[in-house]
Amino acid sequence: MFKIEELRVRVNGKDVLNDINISIDKGEVLILFGPNGSGKTSLLKTILGFSGYSIERGKILFEGKVLNQLPTEERVKLGIGIMFQHPPKIRGVRLEQIAEFLARDGEEIEKLADKLSLKDHLNREINLDFSGGEMKRSELFQVLLQKPKLLLLDEPESGVDIENISIMGEVLNQYLKETNASALIITHTGYILDYVDANKAYVLIDGKIWCQGNPREIFESIRKDGYEKCKECEWKKV
Amino acid sequence: MEKGLTNFGKEDLEKISSAGIDISEKTRSASFLQEDGEVILTKSLLKGVEILNREEALNRYPEVRKYYGKAFKTLDRDFPKDTEKGYFIRVKKGTVVQLPVQACLFLKKKRFEQKVHNIIIVEEGAKAYLITGCASSKSAEESFHLGVSEFFVHKGGYLNFTMIHSWRKDISVKPVSIALVEEGATFVSNYICLHAVKEVSMYPTAVLLGKNARASFNSLILSHFGSFQDIGSRVVFREGYTSAEMISRAVSVGGRIIARGHLKSEAKNVKAHLECRGLIISQEGTIHAIPELETDYRDVELSHEAAIGKISREEIEYLCARGFPREQAQAIIIRGFMDVEILALPEVLKNEIKQLEEKTLRSGF
Repeated sequence: MFKIEELRVRVNGKDVLNDINISIDKGEVLILFGPNGSGKTSLLKTILGFSGYSIERGKILFEGKVLNQLPTEERVKLGIGIMFQHPPKIRGVRLEQIAEFLARDGEEIEKLADKLSLKDHLNREINLDFSGGEMKRSELFQVLLQKPKLLLLDEPESGVDIENISIMGEVLNQYLKETNASALIITHTGYILDYVDANKAYVLIDGKIWCQGNPREIFESIRKDGYEKCKECEWKKV
Repeated sequence: MEKGLTNFGKEDLEKISSAGIDISEKTRSASFLQEDGEVILTKSLLKGVEILNREEALNRYPEVRKYYGKAFKTLDRDFPKDTEKGYFIRVKKGTVVQLPVQACLFLKKKRFEQKVHNIIIVEEGAKAYLITGCASSKSAEESFHLGVSEFFVHKGGYLNFTMIHSWRKDISVKPVSIALVEEGATFVSNYICLHAVKEVSMYPTAVLLGKNARASFNSLILSHFGSFQDIGSRVVFREGYTSAEMISRAVSVGGRIIARGHLKSEAKNVKAHLECRGLIISQEGTIHAIPELETDYRDVELSHEAAIGKISREEIEYLCARGFPREQAQAIIIRGFMDVEILALPEVLKNEIKQLEEKTLRSGF
C-alpha cells in the first residue's frame, strides 16, 4: 500500500537521502533505526511533502498514487498521518481547535483525551509549556484522531516516562489492530517494540538504507555493537 | 417613533454590529448612539448608570463641570476644545454593572468631521464594562473622527473599557484619551481594530494616582494595505505600590504600524510589564515597535519584551500535516496570534469579539 522507489532527496543543495527503497504492506509495521543525522526525520518530512525537501529522483507511492507533486494536506487526506518528534509551539491555537477539526464528534475527542490523560490540555495553547511527555501524548492524540491508514511516528517514546510509554503503546497498538493500519516508526530506545507487532526493520545510515531484518534482532545488535557494526553487516545488506 | 439602533439600513447595521454594538440592546445595560453630529439614543436600563449627551450633562450637573478637562490638566496637557457632544457616562457609587454599557459613534456623511468629547466617571467602589464601537457607513467617504475621552475611576472602582474600530479605508481617526485612576482602582483598556482605516493616531494614557491602582492596556491590530496606524499606550505612575501591564498584538497584511508603549514611573515600588508582538504577513507591511521604560527611582520593576517576525513555515506545515489547507493554516495562526484571551474581558464580550474576529479574518484581507 506504500512504496518508495529509488528516492533521492536534496536539502539546501545537499543529498540527504539516496537510493531509498521501502515498501509497507497493509497492516504492516516497519521500524526505522539509524544514528542521529542519518536522514530518518528527513524521510518522514519528504513523505509528507514539506518544503525544502526536494525529490531529485524516484517516487513515493501510496495506494498506487504517486505523491511526489501533491501538497501536504492532500497527502494527509489520502490517509497519511504523522507524529512529530519536535512539534512547534503555536501561540493562541488550542489543542481542542485541532481536535475539533479532526474528530467526528466531541465524544470521540473526550474518550481519546481521557485515555491519554489530556483532558486538561485541550484548552491549552498547543505545545506551550507542555512537558516532553505531554507533547508526545498530544501528538499521538492528534494523529489518531486523523484516523490515518499509514502512521509516520518519529520517536514516539522519547522523553516519555515508563508509565506513559505503556499507556501510549497500548493505545497505539489498539488502533493498529482495530483499523489494520500500517506504520513507519522511528525509534532510538526500542521501547515501542514491546507494544507493537513490528514485522521488519531498516537501518538508515548516511542517507542510505544499510540493512533490513527482524526488528528485535537488529535492535539488539545495535545496542550491543552500535551502528558501525551495521555497516559491516554484509549478509543483511539491502 | 424614537430614532434608535434599529432605524438604520441593513448595511449600516452590519457595520455597527461589527464594532461590537448589540443592536437588540438585550445584552447591554445602557446604550448611546451618535451619528455624525447628532445624538440619537441615550438609554439606561439601570438606576445606577447614567448615560447622556455630554453637553447636556455639563449643563444639567454643576458637579460634572469640574471633570471637563481635568484629566488633561493633571498631565499639564492641552486638549482640543472644538468638540461637540459625545457621551457622558456615570456609574454611581457602589454600583456593580454586569452587563456592559455600550456607546456607538457612527459616521454617515461624506467628509464629515465628527469631534466628540466623552466623560466617563466610575464612582467609588463601582464596577462597569464599557464597550465603544466606532464605525462608519459606506457613504462616509473621507470623513474624520476625533474622540477626546476623559476617564475617572474613583477609589476602589473598576472600569473595563473596550474600543472597537470598524472604519473604512479613507477615514482618518484621532482618539485622545486620559484615565485618572485613584487608590485601589483598576482601569482596563482593550483596543481592537481589524478593519481597514486610512490613519489612526492614538496614545491613550492612564495616570495611577493612588496606592494599589492598576492599569492594563491590551490591543489587537490588523493593518491592511494603505493603512497607517500609530498606536501606543502609556501609564504614568504618580504613586507607589501601583502596577500595570500592556500587551499588544499587531499583524500587518500590508499596512504600516507603529506600536508604542511607555511606562513612566514617578514613584517608588512600581511594577509593570510591556509586551509587544508583531507579525508581518505581506512584503509591503511594516511594523516599528517602540517600547519605552522611564524612571528616576531604583525601587521599580519595569520590563518589556518586543518581537517582530513572519509566520513560521514550521507552524504552517505542522497544521498542513493535520490536514488544514495552507491558507486556512495561515488564518488559524494569525487568529491564534491575535488571541482574544489576552483581553481582560467578561465571557459574554469575549465570545462576541471572538466571533467578530472569526468573521473578519474569514472574509480575507
